[in-house]
Amino acid sequence: MPMTAPSDKPAISVRDLVVGFGDHIVLDRLSLDVRRGEILGFVGGSGSGKSVLMRTIIGLLPKRQGTIEVLGVDLERASDDDRHALERRWGVLFQQGALFSSLTALQNVQVPMREHLVLSERLMREVALAKLEMVGLSPSDGEKLPAQLSGGMTKRVALARALALDPELVFLDEPTSGLDPISAGDFDALIRTLQQTLGLTVFMVTHDLESLDTVCDRIAALADGKVVAIGPMSEMMRSPHPWMQAYFQGKRGRKLSRGLSTMET
Amino acid sequence: MTTPPNVSAAERGGRTELTAEGSWTAPHAAELERLVDSVSTDPALMRATAINMRGIEAFDTYGAWLLERLGRPGPTRKEQLQILDLDERYAGLLEEVHHVNRKPAEPRRAPNPIVRTLETIGRTLEDVGRDFLQFVNMLGALGNALVGVLLRPRSFRLTSAVHHLDRVGWQAVPIILLITFLIGGIIAQQGFFHFRKFGADDYVVDMVGILVLRELGVLIVAIMVAGRSGSSYTAEIGSMKMREEIDALRTMGLDPVSVLLLPRVIALVIALPLLAFLGSMAALYGGGVVAWLYGGMSPDIYIARLNEAISVTHFKVGMIKAPFMALAIGVVACAEGLKVRGSAESLGLHTTASVVKSIFLVIVLDGLFAIFFASIGM
Repeated sequence: MPMTAPSDKPAISVRDLVVGFGDHIVLDRLSLDVRRGEILGFVGGSGSGKSVLMRTIIGLLPKRQGTIEVLGVDLERASDDDRHALERRWGVLFQQGALFSSLTALQNVQVPMREHLVLSERLMREVALAKLEMVGLSPSDGEKLPAQLSGGMTKRVALARALALDPELVFLDEPTSGLDPISAGDFDALIRTLQQTLGLTVFMVTHDLESLDTVCDRIAALADGKVVAIGPMSEMMRSPHPWMQAYFQGKRGRKLSRGLSTMET
Repeated sequence: MTTPPNVSAAERGGRTELTAEGSWTAPHAAELERLVDSVSTDPALMRATAINMRGIEAFDTYGAWLLERLGRPGPTRKEQLQILDLDERYAGLLEEVHHVNRKPAEPRRAPNPIVRTLETIGRTLEDVGRDFLQFVNMLGALGNALVGVLLRPRSFRLTSAVHHLDRVGWQAVPIILLITFLIGGIIAQQGFFHFRKFGADDYVVDMVGILVLRELGVLIVAIMVAGRSGSSYTAEIGSMKMREEIDALRTMGLDPVSVLLLPRVIALVIALPLLAFLGSMAALYGGGVVAWLYGGMSPDIYIARLNEAISVTHFKVGMIKAPFMALAIGVVACAEGLKVRGSAESLGLHTTASVVKSIFLVIVLDGLFAIFFASIGM
């Protein structure tokens, strides 16, 4: 249930995961823990396998080796019913939103409710509108079709849909990519607020240094198919790994680290 | 697992106070809604001024919204219900839902059925008119692009045209041959079956020859091509439109009509007469096979009868129609493709419309040609 006190058992626990396509090994004996109630930012170069990891955790891609436990359930060994029950407890925001193009925004948010819960039309409408308002959209936006929404609105509707069943765990695939800095900042704040009010665990794949710094409790970095570093932003900055150096000490990273050091002094 | 929600009432110091228990969460939402509604419709309980939330186990947006709905002032409640002893960590969530659904939903007015019927008829007529304009518009755009190509032949997309010629022409040959062969055979079989009753077996060959060459060969092939290639044109162009590829072309200074549409339509205009010719031959062949096996007419006699019965005019009448039908199919497919809007549903809708409209147009064209050829005595 949401809002359970953060327990010691991790929300996601990945051990020795190997994923590959043909001869190409994308994830090589990767291990990772996501604690309950935290926002974990996941970074890595383009093509390093961030999205592959996320898709493997939610079961969209097959793995070759290793174990994945999500909310204490091993997906491989779980029965269909357990899997189904688990799918109710997580929400996924896809990179392009993946809204159903023939349904309105409001109907998109209602899809998981209709599928998993027995609710009256009135309650479903009210809760879906509440979700849309919580992500910062107006009730009139609910009547629009995905094609009529801007990029930022699409992401907001997709987030509302991911949150429709009040999940415990949310996967976000580049939630702020393609948004202007102001919208991206708003979106970060929104994720922060929702995480606090709903007590979510958030697994966020992102490239946005700004949002890594402002919303993430911890950051994990993926390089060479492994998690090379994990910890808060300040630790990341000090990591000796060459890719990490390049990422966080690059032009854009340095600006951020200057900001951090002035805060520290 | 979790205890179901409950609400009870108790008198305390002359005031009614409600007490909530159990888990107020999504899996119990239906039960909870019934509970909240039964409290809201009970005048005795509606006098309650406070609800004690100490006993609840779990709480989420669904619970928070239903609590808000229960407590919000409305027709049956004068003032906001006080919420007591709600766990600190849920306060943010309740605060969040406190602001939502404030605007009353706009009442939907149901229009008068007569007005609605009239509106539907009007809109359909408008659509027909608009479709015609779009057809003419597309024809004009293609003509314009063709003139551009004729003035500067190097700008023609030859590779693209050849690629599409392969797809709509060469790859369609086997299925076209098979179907027209069968159609020719069926016509011959029906002819023998019925004509034999009054001893007119010989005239079956006349019927097969004239029918296939003048009408059926080209018509069947055109309908097949509309279903096979027209639909794929619409789907291709439509999905390119959906993914803004057409806009991208335009911004690079390329004209989508001459880059995408003209090579496709030209390929169709070249392919359809060729297919119609092959189809007609296959149908005559099918007729001959049936005449031999079913009608007992030897191939030599069949060919001799055919030679007497048909003339080059019949063949010309059929062939002249083919490029026009191809043009109609191509123009409709392109126009429908460009009409696709953002959704997957719209893509399906326009692909269907493309096939239906092009088959309709092919048949209308065939009728017009029949009148025309009859009046010039061909």
